[in-house]
Amino acid sequence: MDWINIIIQGILVGGLYALFATGLSLIFGVMRLVNIAHGDLIVASAYLAYGVMQLTGVGPLTSLIAVIPLAALFGYLLQLLVLNRTLDKDILPPLLVTFGLSIIIQNGLLEIFSANSHKLNLGSFEIESIHLMPGVDIGYFPLLTFAVAVAVVFGLQQLFYHSAIGRAFRAVSDDPEVAQLMGLNNRTVYASAMALCLAVVAVAGVFMAIRANFDPSMGPGRLIFGFEAVIIGGLGNLWGTLAGGVILGVAQALGAQIDPGWQLLSGHIVFLLILAVKPQGLFPKGAA
Amino acid sequence: MVEPLLSIVGLDAFHGDAQALFGLDLALQEGELLALIGANGAGKSTLLRSITGLVKHRKGMIRFRGEDILGLPAHVIVGQGIALVPEGRRLFPSLSVEENLLLGAQVARPGPWSLQAVYELFPVLREKRKAPSTSLSGGQQQMVAIGRGLMSNPDILLLDELSLGLAPVVIRDIYALLPKIVGNGLSVILVEQDINRALSVADRFLCMLEGKPSLQGKPGDYSRDQITNAYFGT
Ligand SMILES: Nc1ncnc2c1ncn2[C@@H]1O[C@H](COP(=O)(O)OP(=O)(O)OP(=O)(O)O)[C@@H](O)[C@H]1O
Ligand SMILES: [Mg+2]
Repeated sequence: MDWINIIIQGILVGGLYALFATGLSLIFGVMRLVNIAHGDLIVASAYLAYGVMQLTGVGPLTSLIAVIPLAALFGYLLQLLVLNRTLDKDILPPLLVTFGLSIIIQNGLLEIFSANSHKLNLGSFEIESIHLMPGVDIGYFPLLTFAVAVAVVFGLQQLFYHSAIGRAFRAVSDDPEVAQLMGLNNRTVYASAMALCLAVVAVAGVFMAIRANFDPSMGPGRLIFGFEAVIIGGLGNLWGTLAGGVILGVAQALGAQIDPGWQLLSGHIVFLLILAVKPQGLFPKGAA
Repeated sequence: MVEPLLSIVGLDAFHGDAQALFGLDLALQEGELLALIGANGAGKSTLLRSITGLVKHRKGMIRFRGEDILGLPAHVIVGQGIALVPEGRRLFPSLSVEENLLLGAQVARPGPWSLQAVYELFPVLREKRKAPSTSLSGGQQQMVAIGRGLMSNPDILLLDELSLGLAPVVIRDIYALLPKIVGNGLSVILVEQDINRALSVADRFLCMLEGKPSLQGKPGDYSRDQITNAYFGT
């Protein structure tokens, strides 16, 4: 039963990794932007939730009512005022600018909140679980995280393929020049995509911060997990990204059984193996 | 004389450092079909792309309904009523046929064109409405491109090389529908390589040579030789 338990826990953690990854995938899909600060934005959202909770006394999940719109607004303005200026044929400027942003966010958080770690508290819900069979217990919170990840992917998928804004996202991604001939202002379409990305980032940040301690230096690690999940699943396929998160989560859980030091390493190894065997990822765009 | 619907005065346009249009003048009257002819590289596409705001690097004057539109971004110009059916069709590959058409209606101008009207014009598109735009034949893709342009209910429709890469029968079918397309008093600039085809449907023509007009007038005003000479610059 041990192994079943380990795999199930790995799958559920994979939901969190998918939450890290979907925003990255979305942004890359719409405007070919690789956001190096993605992980730091996740951590910053956790701190934002922490601040909102301190200020108002609400719980972490309730804080999302404020954190999601604030993050989305920040994303919209970030894209409109800064990142749009970096988008051109050249891929280097966005990398450099978001790398700079990453450093600014880390140091800003360090300055305001110190290097001490924090955690968002969800009370007894965090430790309650469903007893499935001897040796296999499913925690309410990991289950909720996974359910939210599935809901987010499903929601984004619906939005992408069955709404006017989703149509606009796909159009500017296909052909930004002709998209303008349709009356689309690419800059505001990009800004909307970044707002949506940051809304997901906010959810990811809060769930990450409930699950474990967080501190200002954690961003780059979350970026790597998200990035690996996107590549494993195949670029441009959100369900693939969820699968990528799950594969990463299971690989880490199994690795941790061999030796605690192997947890992260085994995730990276599986990522590299998949990259070597299927460079397009397991479920490339168009295959789904 | 009333001010033309579209008037262009002294237009220079550039691709990087290379100049493609040299002090070009053009007037398009309401309800008129103007054929724009000229050899490869004459600057026909550059002119249409300059009018719609896709070529940013330009000087001169472009007035539409008496308003200067030269400084406006492309996504605003289409909202004012100028639609381009681009060279090579340029459909959105990840959108279905119907989604391509709906995107054309993004600017939501009122007028006679709707999904229904486009499907009546091109019934085959109704059958294929759920299909990815890439799965269509060239002629059908051109129909989608025309329909997508019409969906914005433009006052001016710019058609860039409708017949590019299409079989003669398909070209004939599409041209047979032209009267229905322009029927509502639409003003059109039609770019075409095939001089005869273009002149047969046009009210007026403008022949371009190396970024400048080389001849213009009514199709009947000039002999075949005069037009050919203007076309090749001989
Ligand atoms: N994107 C571009 N970058 C650089 N030069 C360009 C670009 N587009 C066109 N040109 C140049 O501008 C000139 C005019 O080209 P344009 O495409 O307007 O001609 P055209 O009359 O439409 O030709 P065709 O019949 O081949 O479509 C040509 O010399 C062409 O090489
Ligand atoms: Mg051309």
